[in-house]
Amino acid sequence: MSTPTRIAPEAPARPAGPVRAQRRLPRFAPLGLFLAGVALGFALSALSGFSIPTAVVYGVLLGTLAVYVASRAVEGRRKATDRLVTSLVTTAFGIAMVPLLSLVWTVLDNGLPRFDAAFFTNSMYRVVGEGGGAYHAILGTLVITALATAISVPIGLMTAIYLVEYASGRLKKSITFFVDVMTGIPSIVAGLFAFALFTLLFGGGVRLGVMGAVALSVLMIPVVVRSCEEVLKLVPNELREASYALGVPKWRTVVKVVLPTAIAGLGTGITLAVARVVGETAPLLVTVGLITGTNLNPFDGRMATLPVFAFYQLTQPGTATQAFLDRAWTAALVLIILVMALNVVARLISRFFAPKTGR
Amino acid sequence: MAKRIEVSDLNIYYGDFRAVEGVNISIEPRSITALIGPSGCGKSTFLRSLNRMHEVLPGARVEGKVVMDGQDLYGADVDPVDVRRQIGMVFQRPNPFPTMSIYDNVIAGNRLNNKKMKKSEADDLVEKSLRGANLWNEVKDRLDRPGSGLSGGQQQRLCIARAIAVEPDVLLMDEPCSALDPISTLAIEDLMTELKEQFTIVIVTHNMQQAARVSESTGFFNLNGVGQPGRLIEFNPTEKIFSNPDEKATEDYISGRFG
Repeated sequence: MSTPTRIAPEAPARPAGPVRAQRRLPRFAPLGLFLAGVALGFALSALSGFSIPTAVVYGVLLGTLAVYVASRAVEGRRKATDRLVTSLVTTAFGIAMVPLLSLVWTVLDNGLPRFDAAFFTNSMYRVVGEGGGAYHAILGTLVITALATAISVPIGLMTAIYLVEYASGRLKKSITFFVDVMTGIPSIVAGLFAFALFTLLFGGGVRLGVMGAVALSVLMIPVVVRSCEEVLKLVPNELREASYALGVPKWRTVVKVVLPTAIAGLGTGITLAVARVVGETAPLLVTVGLITGTNLNPFDGRMATLPVFAFYQLTQPGTATQAFLDRAWTAALVLIILVMALNVVARLISRFFAPKTGR
Repeated sequence: MAKRIEVSDLNIYYGDFRAVEGVNISIEPRSITALIGPSGCGKSTFLRSLNRMHEVLPGARVEGKVVMDGQDLYGADVDPVDVRRQIGMVFQRPNPFPTMSIYDNVIAGNRLNNKKMKKSEADDLVEKSLRGANLWNEVKDRLDRPGSGLSGGQQQRLCIARAIAVEPDVLLMDEPCSALDPISTLAIEDLMTELKEQFTIVIVTHNMQQAARVSESTGFFNLNGVGQPGRLIEFNPTEKIFSNPDEKATEDYISGRFG
């Protein structure tokens, strides 16, 4: 302890503290600079014949540049890089939102004119021009999707349980591999599979709602397996061991401990799998076909479904072209609403069925 | 209730790896037997082999004999599920079932096995088990609340209540206090002293003071090196182990000169 305390030769420039004080841009300056840059970009675009794409591109580039330069001058390099990356990420987000917003806007714009009571209460039976609706197609979609769900969920869920709780070794690996392959098969292949299967069983030219359900199941099962598997893996092993240690057999542990613990995630995964297949067109086109009247029996002849309904309204308009186009757009709108509703349901399931902590 | 367990020439494997070899031990009824030793020496593995929880892991197996009151637990005609009904277990981390209330957690062993019970019987069992685990007074007004809302020490006592509610003969405890504070630890140690009137208790612990405080007999496990199987070095009355052990390795470990 003989070292003398060294006295600093010059007073520190900044007050000593754990964090160095730094010059910063005023709070709204970056946004203001960015908007100024955007305005400049629009002006620049106007010089060379105004168009929205060039204006946006110039504007975003100039705005980002303005923020970066100002920040570099005032705040230093690290903060400037931070702001630059923030701008880039925000821009990427904006670009990603463009098609989504554009799609929603277009569908709303074109679909709302026929979004009326008649659309939900009338079928296309004996309608050749204006009027008519998709009552038969909406119900048909619901029936076929429900049937596909009834086929897929038991198979998919049990496969997932088998993979997580029972399987091991080569069999497990090969099942996982083929499930992954199935996730990627094109939907038309699933449709042709169901078509070929039922043609083999019932002869040529057969068209049944259940064929569509089978085709959709082929698409849906791998999705259900994958999502349920991930959820079941999340159930802590300690709970299984706690159950075994109480002398509970394995299958009862799965049914009464593992599944209830995972129920929220399972419900969410299954609902999202339903949302994934409800808008499939190609497999239904080749298996279920389309009719103008209402047929709710999936074991008896053709049925109408929303995606196929929209497809035919668009591709085979009759004499009153506009009426057919309007119905196609409204069918698309209803389909989007259906998918959104399913997503909301999935969120509600995960909220209400999650294990309560009681705090 | 409360049975003696005789273990002879027990070898425990994970796949091809022999984790524990050549264990001979006799666990007395109505007493607390403590197992101590460094991490990875196989005491938890040995404990889990006593109620056939070891073989839950893929590739895990056991050679040798574990005899409880004349019956070989690893006999060909013995159902591991029955073994676990007679030999309960409490784990290192409290693990109440998150989907169940406190009440349901306590009678989980009966409910999950679909045992039919009258409401009054179930109520009595819950109260008896929670009183047995010294938890009744703290939770009697909120039996319908989730078990995961309790504190760590309370959750561990809930798990003990759950284990004793199925009325096992033996209670295995795998470091039951390692996640708890000293006050909760004391509560559980007091509880063990009460429970040994009815149960045979085997506890794995890293806390040598705890072993010295609560147990009648102590077994010291050790291993010669990484990758070597663990072995039971010494098994003696706790007093002897902590004052005048037979083996040099035991003395070194207890006095902290180990390794």
